[in-house]
Amino acid sequence: MTADGIGVAVRRKEDRRFLTGAGRYTDDIDRYGQVYACFVRSPYAHATVDSINKESALGMPGVLAVFTGADVAADGLGLLPAGWMIHNKDGSPMKTPGHPLLVADRARYVGEAVAVVIAETYAQARDAADALEVDYTPLPATIATGTASKPGQPQVHDDVPNNTAFDWCIGDKAATEAAFANAAHITKLDIVNNRLIPNAMEPRAAVGEYDPGTEITTLYTTSQNPHVARLVLSAFVQLAPEHKLRIVAPDVGGGFGSKIYVYAEETVCAWAARKVKRPVRWTAERSESFVTDAHGRDHVTHAELAMDANGKFLGLRVKTFANLGAFASLFGTATPTYLYMTLLSGQYKIPAIYGEVDAVYTNTTPVDAYRGAGRPEATFVVERIVETAARELGLDPADLRRRNFIQPDEFPYQTPVLLQYDTGDYDKHLTKALDLGDYANFTIRKADSAARGKLRGVGFACYIEACGIAPSAAVGALGGGVGLWESGTIRFNPTGNVTVHTGSHSHGQGHETAFAQLIATHLGVPVDQVEVVHGDTMQTPFGMGTYGSRSLAVGGSALVKAADKIVAKGKKIAAHLLEASEADIEFTDGKFTVAGTDKAKSIQEVAFAAYVPHNYPAGVEPGLEESAFYDPLNFTFPAGTQICEVEVDPDTGEVEIVQFVAVDDFGKIINPMIVEGQVHGGIAQGVGQALMEHAVYDQDTGQLLSGSYMDYCMPRADDFPTLKVGLTETPCTHNPLGVKGCGEAGAIAAPAAVMNAVTNAVGTMVQMPATPLRVWEALQSAAPAAAAE
Amino acid sequence: MSTTVSLTVNGKPCTVEVEPRTLLSALLRDKLGLTGTHVGCDTSQCGACVVHVDGKSRKSCTTLAVQVDGAEVTTIEGLAAADGTLHPMQEAFRENHGLQCGFCTPGMVMSAVDLLHTNPSPTEAEVREWLEGNICRCTGYHNIVKAILDCAANLRGAQQAAE
Repeated sequence: MTADGIGVAVRRKEDRRFLTGAGRYTDDIDRYGQVYACFVRSPYAHATVDSINKESALGMPGVLAVFTGADVAADGLGLLPAGWMIHNKDGSPMKTPGHPLLVADRARYVGEAVAVVIAETYAQARDAADALEVDYTPLPATIATGTASKPGQPQVHDDVPNNTAFDWCIGDKAATEAAFANAAHITKLDIVNNRLIPNAMEPRAAVGEYDPGTEITTLYTTSQNPHVARLVLSAFVQLAPEHKLRIVAPDVGGGFGSKIYVYAEETVCAWAARKVKRPVRWTAERSESFVTDAHGRDHVTHAELAMDANGKFLGLRVKTFANLGAFASLFGTATPTYLYMTLLSGQYKIPAIYGEVDAVYTNTTPVDAYRGAGRPEATFVVERIVETAARELGLDPADLRRRNFIQPDEFPYQTPVLLQYDTGDYDKHLTKALDLGDYANFTIRKADSAARGKLRGVGFACYIEACGIAPSAAVGALGGGVGLWESGTIRFNPTGNVTVHTGSHSHGQGHETAFAQLIATHLGVPVDQVEVVHGDTMQTPFGMGTYGSRSLAVGGSALVKAADKIVAKGKKIAAHLLEASEADIEFTDGKFTVAGTDKAKSIQEVAFAAYVPHNYPAGVEPGLEESAFYDPLNFTFPAGTQICEVEVDPDTGEVEIVQFVAVDDFGKIINPMIVEGQVHGGIAQGVGQALMEHAVYDQDTGQLLSGSYMDYCMPRADDFPTLKVGLTETPCTHNPLGVKGCGEAGAIAAPAAVMNAVTNAVGTMVQMPATPLRVWEALQSAAPAAAAE
Repeated sequence: MSTTVSLTVNGKPCTVEVEPRTLLSALLRDKLGLTGTHVGCDTSQCGACVVHVDGKSRKSCTTLAVQVDGAEVTTIEGLAAADGTLHPMQEAFRENHGLQCGFCTPGMVMSAVDLLHTNPSPTEAEVREWLEGNICRCTGYHNIVKAILDCAANLRGAQQAAE
């Protein structure tokens, strides 16, 4: 192990700039002649736009232009597409009306952009936007997930009957029915996976710019995947041909999925820059983020688990209504299908599984992948019902899980829901978590809580997720519109330091450090001699970006392949310099050595020779730069156990998390410090979903009631105890690093762990978020029954 | 319409023309190019915009520029030593991985520095409570709390060594 290579908690290279205010986020970019965009948004969830009087705003100070949906359409710009085709049970394709950049005739959710005002200053643009006269005719709106597809609901789209985008299924229905027919015990559960708002701390932002000399349109923006954005804007929206469009995602302040998608506002800024011949900038106010950033989750689910007399799982059936919002966002249709129900087997042998999803349109903000994307929803179903079953059967929740775990010698394991798990050891992380959380003495702690008038509960979540998305052929077969490989380039500079270009994008994950560590180990170049470049379509190879905990498993693997090519070429050059046979050259720790001798050339010497090839092997190209593309062979399957303990105050309904344990198997670890940080952050988001976060819509008007930090409860520092985290390791079997991905695990497992604990404490079902009011109400409804016992 | 504000920012006196409605955050970012101070919300909740005004932490997004006429303002850019040596709080955040995407970081650091001015030996609970006005979406606060406690211990240690 090199001093700063794989496995070392190297302090992050990127931190200095962030700690000194030298980070460069999109809103920090300052372009000569820039002007400001302010969007005029629909105040109604559903309304026809009857007329827009541009003159009312055009006369205001500083205003350069007002654009509407008609202007965008007149320029031939297309609609924002859905990127993943889902087929109905009968084989017919889903219905996906495209999302207009600016509303043409009918607004379908509160906050949908209707027009844009461009002015010299933001204050002027905002003043004029406020003054713009728009006539609407409000229409009845459809809001609720569970009832949107019922006959008679207002139609969100005229050509989508019953607001149903698709009805989809997975698994073997007949086999599952048979399993239930033979069951000794059936556990049933009705659960709501509450709608969330991602809330990356940096609001979405854009600076569009057009260079009339090169005819290149540049969009600086808050993107997790600039090349994907370029592809969509080029191929679907027709903003500009790919070679004339540059997307730059500089420092990005968090994404959590919400910055994967291509949005109207950013697109309009790039287009408007050409119209007004000035750079056009926009940064979302937080209130705009609340109504326009793609939301997450929003499922209503009924699940049933069939068991034999010994608690062995026989079958699982699940029916979910998933809310897509008003339009199918880029990956909005994959999230409640292939990223969700393919994980319904959890860590267990369940011989028969059948799942159905009805995806509905409503007059709400579009819903798409948010940290975990489908897998938190799956974990919530599986781990809530398994825990409920254990409590019903009077079994220890850990014991019931152990009876049903897939065993280490049973891998690769083919689930009934498409996926084949490559490796894992589930009892190992459960056991470690039980030890770390001192589960053996839970009853003592419960008694202690009771003595203080508190109700203590414990909850488990043994999650699995599919990361490292994904083999391109599989993605294509399942309806995905792209391949999900990743790219990387390693460029040795003549003086021996290294520039790495990756198609991944870092927005908090620390790639500049972790990828440099990978180079340190594979090529022997110290971390401080490696610069990782990402986020600019003009600089990096085409890449698919960062989401689904894929960057290391897929992007890192691409870099390993590129490093292997560097070494292979370096051996040829070193053999020539050392006057030895190429077959005799060994490479370790940055040195090419003639085997069995002390004759050696450093990789820096070899790089110099490659760029100044005065004494150089015949037939070998000059230069030392290699690129690779890596298409994964399978998903990776991180898994782990979380155990949460809560104390509930029966007088107030307040839930306090008093202990939180997470033990994860992420395979090999590059930087344990970064990995732990990812786990902490994920847990906080999961706890937020379980206890406080909720996108609440008025069910009649479709107004977002939790549309600011005054109303949407974000987790704060005093909502958490010190978290206890640990690791186990079964390396991934099919990528060269043995890594699995760690970015989402915390958020995937935590809602189930917390809600199992709350349910255990309260003694009755509580839906998320378990706010003090809901918990108190649950306690009140449970109290008479308890008194009667 | 416009008015003039004179203040000292990171030790440098400056005079700036602003509108009466201009916020301190806008003055710093747009007029002075000090983009380390971030704006993450519009309800004075997130704390990404925290700076020091006359030595006390203040949310610059809810402070009018005209309110700081004559004041001493310190931003994240003014925290490290002139030779580039990080402030002990910046160093503690780096050492303890107290930041991920970096967006909330300037406000977190400025807020934490003020905490230790106010209370040099905070308990973990006091640190968590102090951070009520600073939202982080990446770290789960775990390593931020650790960094602040670590910094406090380091500063106490340095003080004891000096005595």
